[in-house]
Order: sequence, then structure tokens, then C-alpha cells
Amino acid sequence: MIEVTRSELLPGVHLTAVHTKKFKSSVLGLQFLLPLQEETASLNALVPMVLRRGTREHPDLEALSAALDELYGGSLEPMVRKKGETQCVGFLGSFLDDAYTLDGAPLLERAAALLGEVVFHPYTSAGAFCPDYTSQEKTNLIDRIRAQINDKRQYAQLRVVEEMCAGERFGVDKLGSEAAAAAIDCAALWTRYQEMLRLAPVELYYCGSAAPERVRQALSAILAELPQGAARTAPGRPARRQAPDVPRLVEEAMDVTQGKLSLGLRTGIDAWDADYPALTLVNAIYGGTTTSKLFLNVRERLSLCYYASSGLMKYKDVMLVSSGVEFDRVEQAKTEILAQLDQCRTGAFGEEELEWARRSVVSSLTTTLDAQGRLEDYWLGQSAAGLTEAPEELARRVEQVTREQVVSAAQKLKLDTVYFLKGKE
Amino acid sequence: MVSKEYPRIGETMLHARLENGLHIYVDQKPEFQKSYAFFAANYGGMDMKFRLDGVWQDTPAGVAHFLEHKMFDTEDGNALQDLAANGASPNAFTSSAMTGYYFESTEKFYENLKILLSFVSIPWFTRESVDKEQGIIGQEIRMVEDDPDNQVFYALMECLFDHHPIRVPIAGTRESISHITADTLYACHKAFYTPSNMVLTVAGNVDAKRVIETAREILPRESGGRIERDYGTEERGKAAAPGKQLRMAVSTPIFQLGCKADTAPAGEERLRRQLVSELACEALLGTSSPLYADLYRKGLINKNFGYGFEQYPGCALLAAGGESREPEAVRGAVLAEAQRLAERGLEEAFFQRLKRSGYGARVRALNSFETICIEQAQAHFAGFEYLRFPELYADIGREHVEECLRRLADPERWALAVVRPGGQA
Repeated sequence: MIEVTRSELLPGVHLTAVHTKKFKSSVLGLQFLLPLQEETASLNALVPMVLRRGTREHPDLEALSAALDELYGGSLEPMVRKKGETQCVGFLGSFLDDAYTLDGAPLLERAAALLGEVVFHPYTSAGAFCPDYTSQEKTNLIDRIRAQINDKRQYAQLRVVEEMCAGERFGVDKLGSEAAAAAIDCAALWTRYQEMLRLAPVELYYCGSAAPERVRQALSAILAELPQGAARTAPGRPARRQAPDVPRLVEEAMDVTQGKLSLGLRTGIDAWDADYPALTLVNAIYGGTTTSKLFLNVRERLSLCYYASSGLMKYKDVMLVSSGVEFDRVEQAKTEILAQLDQCRTGAFGEEELEWARRSVVSSLTTTLDAQGRLEDYWLGQSAAGLTEAPEELARRVEQVTREQVVSAAQKLKLDTVYFLKGKE
Repeated sequence: MVSKEYPRIGETMLHARLENGLHIYVDQKPEFQKSYAFFAANYGGMDMKFRLDGVWQDTPAGVAHFLEHKMFDTEDGNALQDLAANGASPNAFTSSAMTGYYFESTEKFYENLKILLSFVSIPWFTRESVDKEQGIIGQEIRMVEDDPDNQVFYALMECLFDHHPIRVPIAGTRESISHITADTLYACHKAFYTPSNMVLTVAGNVDAKRVIETAREILPRESGGRIERDYGTEERGKAAAPGKQLRMAVSTPIFQLGCKADTAPAGEERLRRQLVSELACEALLGTSSPLYADLYRKGLINKNFGYGFEQYPGCALLAAGGESREPEAVRGAVLAEAQRLAERGLEEAFFQRLKRSGYGARVRALNSFETICIEQAQAHFAGFEYLRFPELYADIGREHVEECLRRLADPERWALAVVRPGGQA
């Protein structure tokens, strides 16, 4: 029913094709895989934003939008994502599936051609990106970085990662920093784009009703202009770091009415490890669901927070706890959040709690197959990591995990950094 | 049970009306892993004044939302936990006109459906639990008060409407919810949560017959009376105030620009009005409109710019907003473009392109069970068939959209709400 084919179209250029007729749309993507680094993150992030402004054939936004309208209101969005310490930049498009066009005309080949145009035929002036597009998108990038402060919940999560992983590649934000973005000029951006084309591994993705062979042909056609020769090396698995003996505390004051408390933990386990499935259960028992310890105790029983939840970074051994608290109850909330962690470490959870957690993790993995967006994101993460396990395969491993394995995974967790966003006096 | 085919978009909707007056809609999708059930009451934040058993009731702002929070409590515990323990992902929301409870699950669907139908129809409130919820919702309201997007939206509502209850925040205020007691909740549940004022919509890997049998088994036999609601006298055809400004800890000004539209009668005209207005919105400021490209080029809007047309009983509006350094310039440009389009009309090719794109976007939206179920529920309450949109679309001509644009061109209908940086970050 859902068939996944992975193939190498050129050295370092892979296609993941998901064949299924269950969706009304087809998804088409192309991402470059780059090491996440302070010096290049903002440059990399800016490339697709500038590319999306215009092509040789469709030189401005209006012309590109008109082309997309003709493809039944298809979308082609510039993307920047962080998968572990790999920065993935490129485009993700969604188009009406061929079965539902009014005139029966197929869209895949036309959509692929448009994707190729946007990636390989930028609108240029004097042999580089158009200065107007570059400066405008640079301003947009800076605004986006600054705007991270607007959503305080998200901001507290970004800050705890930044503090905890300072000096590690994982500590770099997917958009880079405001200072790095501000320093970008046309020449540097063009050079980066050329390097990307030459050196970065490329991940192509399709999900829809077209047979894999037809997809391979449509996408191979657009790769003709990809420079060949140099080796495309994947960034690989992140390095490990130990949590400090005494967790670090960071506080920041802002004009807010509700405090945000974020905790960063080292898990000692990532997607490459055999005990990763056990870790997903630790997270679900601890704070990943509405039957979790954080939800039931910190939020429901003690009403200490409006929300309190935990989440895993699959491709880096990090877990984040996020909560919204009244300023004067932060100590109480922190104590309780850590007390619940100890419960997990000492195996103080019932058979029922374990099974609830397992059902939730398994169900979330199986339903990935029902959502085109989540499925694409799942496969991008796996491809960037060089892993091939499908969601349903990981779900099967989760089914096999024993209580002992869960406890032993929980015991590896160590608190690294506490971040608190408080109000101004 | 009646089966309706919509061959153009590959959909079939099964419909039944139970003896107690409840309407059930089922979209069977056997190729999916998951199933989704949505059980909704025609009752939202704006239904504060209503007549029950001949007596007019005036209730505090925030009751519908408060009720939504408390419905999960059952005599034996909490339905949220029961559903989560079965591997379902349950949740609920309250909008201005509707309260919806739903879950998605891959296993034990009928067991989960029983839980859903039962906890929503059997209220269980105690003084203690209501008091505790005041604290939780109070926190939620604080969080919303820190959310600039929410604040700017309500500022716009206050500008556009003279007195329609859409102006009042759905969750109420910390003051208004302090007046809510267990008795208020029981009274409102009795008034609005009756089979004839509710709808059940289901999509996924299910058997429609079993869905209907389950509903018949669990739900009460009595239908419930007709509820009369009071939204005040009809709104004038112009904005109550031209603008409003707030200051918060944001990086760039955040704005919502709105236009007060005329209300359409219930029935298919509501859907037709929706489609025509969406096209007018696309022509005026949609991503492929000349105005959008111009504003983007000038750096007056960025990728966060979003827009939509919304209808509620007694009010309708077009809203567009995002981040901008000069929201007033955006307002000026939009109004000028509205006048230009009102005078000159649309080019046929542009109109056809927008129609094609709008059609594709609506069909692609059917990928989401959530969209299907929620839209179907809304359509049921508004008295039209949701999946008839392709037929209606085919009949929309350029002149209909031009007529709509001429109505929108009246500057007196418009208002601008802005959140400026100032609460210091």
C-alpha cells in the first residue's frame, strides 16, 4: 500500500520515493545536507530564501506564483531544518495529485521542472545573485531571527539549547545568528551557493501516486546541471558531551506575565543507539503525553504549570523539558519536575504507565504513514543520519522494549542546564 | 444511512440522522492506519446570551471554553487519560461558534468512540474541581495575554465590530471566569450539549454502520430543544473604529488589517459567499497578486503574511496580517489596490488562474481528516454540504468576484490593529 524506494541517482545524490495513492497531493522535495556550523548557518539558511525570489524563466515572485497557480495552487517553500548537527536546506513542494486535475493533465513533470528551475537557474545579475533579492531576504532573515523572541515558549527552548550546547555544533540555531546574518554580502552568498551545489549531499523526496521509475526520470532530468566530480560527504553523527557535575542555571528577565522554565538534559542515547526505542518510552512516561508524569503531577495534581512536557532530539542525545509557570512557583515546579525524573530513574512507574506510553509512541509512529508532511520530515531525518529504518520498523522495536531497558535508559539521563525566563521587577 | 458521492474529488460521505436528532457523517478511508472522530456542539465563545425554556440567560465570557476544559472530568476520573491509555490522541478546542472534542487513534477505535461520546454527554463537575480549573484557565489566559498574535487579533475585532460578541476573547478574562460556578456549567451543558445541537463526524479506517450503532447505544434518547441566541442588533456596514495600537515585547510591529464584510444567510449561499470572498481576497492581496509581490519587494511584508475570510453567525470579516515595519503603509496600499480593482475589474486570465489555484488548495486540504471532520461539522451547523465546493466553484464567474471587491473597496469598512515593540524585551 505504501512502498518506499531509495536509490542513488548520482554519487551523493539520493532519492526517497514513497509510492501511495492515498493522498490528494504529491510532495516533492530537494534538500542539501550541510554540517551545522556557526560560520555558515546563516549563509546556508539564506540561500533557498533568495533562490525562491526568482528564476531565469520566472524572474520575480509574481511570475513564480503564477506558475504555481497553473499547477493548481502548488506550493514550493524554502526550507531550513536542523536534524541533529546537520543543517538541511532546500525546498519542499506540494502539488495536486495527478488523479484530481480538472483536465487530467499530469503535474509531476511540470512540478519537478519548476523545482529544478528554482534550485539551479537563479535569477542573476552580473553573474551572481541579484543584489536587491539578496539584501531584502537578508533583512527578512534577520527579522526572523529577531522574531524568535515573540513566542516565549519556543524562545525558552532555543535559549536552553544555546546555553547548554555552547561550543557544540548543536548549539547553533538553524538560522544562525543575527550577527552572522548581518555580515552576509552578495559575493559570500554566491560562493556558498556554488559550494553547496558542488559539495553537499542532495536528498530528493517524492510521495504520491506516480510509480518510482517515472519519479526517477522526472527528477534525473533536473539534475543535469548539478556539478559533478567532487565527493559529497554527509555530516555524520554528532559528538557527545557530558553534563556538568553541578547543573548550570541561566536566568533572563523580560516583560512577560508568565514565566517559562526550560530544562536541558543529556540522554546519552541517540537514534543510532540500540536503546533509542527504550529512550522514546522514557520520554513518553516522563513528559511526552497526557498520561505522563509531568502532565499528571506537575500540571494536573499540583497545578504548578499551565503546561509541562518533555521532548527528544532524535539525532542528538538531548531531552528538553518545557513549562509555563507563575514566577513565585518556579522553585516548587523545578523540584517537582526533577522529582518526577527520579521516579523514572528508579523504575517507579506502573505496568499501566508503561503500556500507555508504548501505545502513544507506537501510534505516533504508525500515523506518520498517514501524514505526508510528517512522513517527509521523518525520512529527511533518517536520510541525513544515514539510517534506513522506517516508522513501522521503529514501532516494532518499541513494542519489544522491556521495563528493565526503560529503567536503564532513564538512568543515563543527566540534567545539564536550567533556563528560566522571568518577569521584570 | 444515505451515501453521497463526490466523484470529481474522489470522496464519498455517508450521512445518518439518529432518532434523537443527532446527525452523523462518516468518510470511510480504509487505506489509512488511523481514524479520527470529531464530536461538536453548536456552542462557542460568542454564545453568551441565549434563551432556554423561555428564560433569557446572560452568562460570563469564557463559559464555553471553561466547559470544554471540565468536560473531560468523569465520575471515575478523567476521559483524557482513558483515551490516552488506549493509545488515542485526544484533544478539544473552543472557537467563537463551536466547541469540538476529538481523538485520533490507530487501535480500539469503537472503544475510544464510546469514551468520547459518553464523557461529552455526561457532565460531572464539583465545586472543588471548578475552583481548581479557575487556576489552570487563569494561567492559560495569562499565556494568551503574552501572545502578541492573539492580542492583535482581538484588537482588530474590537475595531471592526460595534458590539458583536466575536469581540470578546473566547477564554474570557481572569475576572469573568471568576463568576463561573458548577451551576453555570451544568446549565450551559444542558442547553447546548443536546443531540439536536451537536454533530458527529468521522473519517478514517472505520465502518460507518458500527459508528452509528455506537452513537445510538451511548447517547441520550431525548433530542433537546431549540436554543435562541442573541448577538445584539445587526452590525453596521462599517468598522466601529479605524485602528488601535498596543505595546508589547515584540521585535517588529505585528499587525492585523481587517475589513468588515456582509453576512450571508445560512445554507449553500454561505459556502458560495466563502468561495467568492476567498477569491476576492486572493485577487486583492494573495501570494500571487500584484500587490503582494509589490509589498514583499518593498519589505513591507514578509513570509509571515497571512490572510483569510471568516464567517460567523451575525458577522463576517476579511483579515490579513503579519509583521511589518510600517503597517500603515500596508493599509494604504491594500485600500488603494481594492479601489483600483473595484474600478478596473479583473483580467480574465488572472481570474482563471486564481480559480484553478483555489480549487487545488481546497482539494489538497482533504488530505487532513481533521479538516474534513471540522469543516463538515461547521458546514452542518451552517446548513450546507461541505464537499459540494467543486460544483459551486465551477459556477463562480469573474463578475461575482468583482462585485465582492467593490463592496470591500469602501474604506469605512477597514480597520488596522498594531502591536508595537515597547514593552521592553
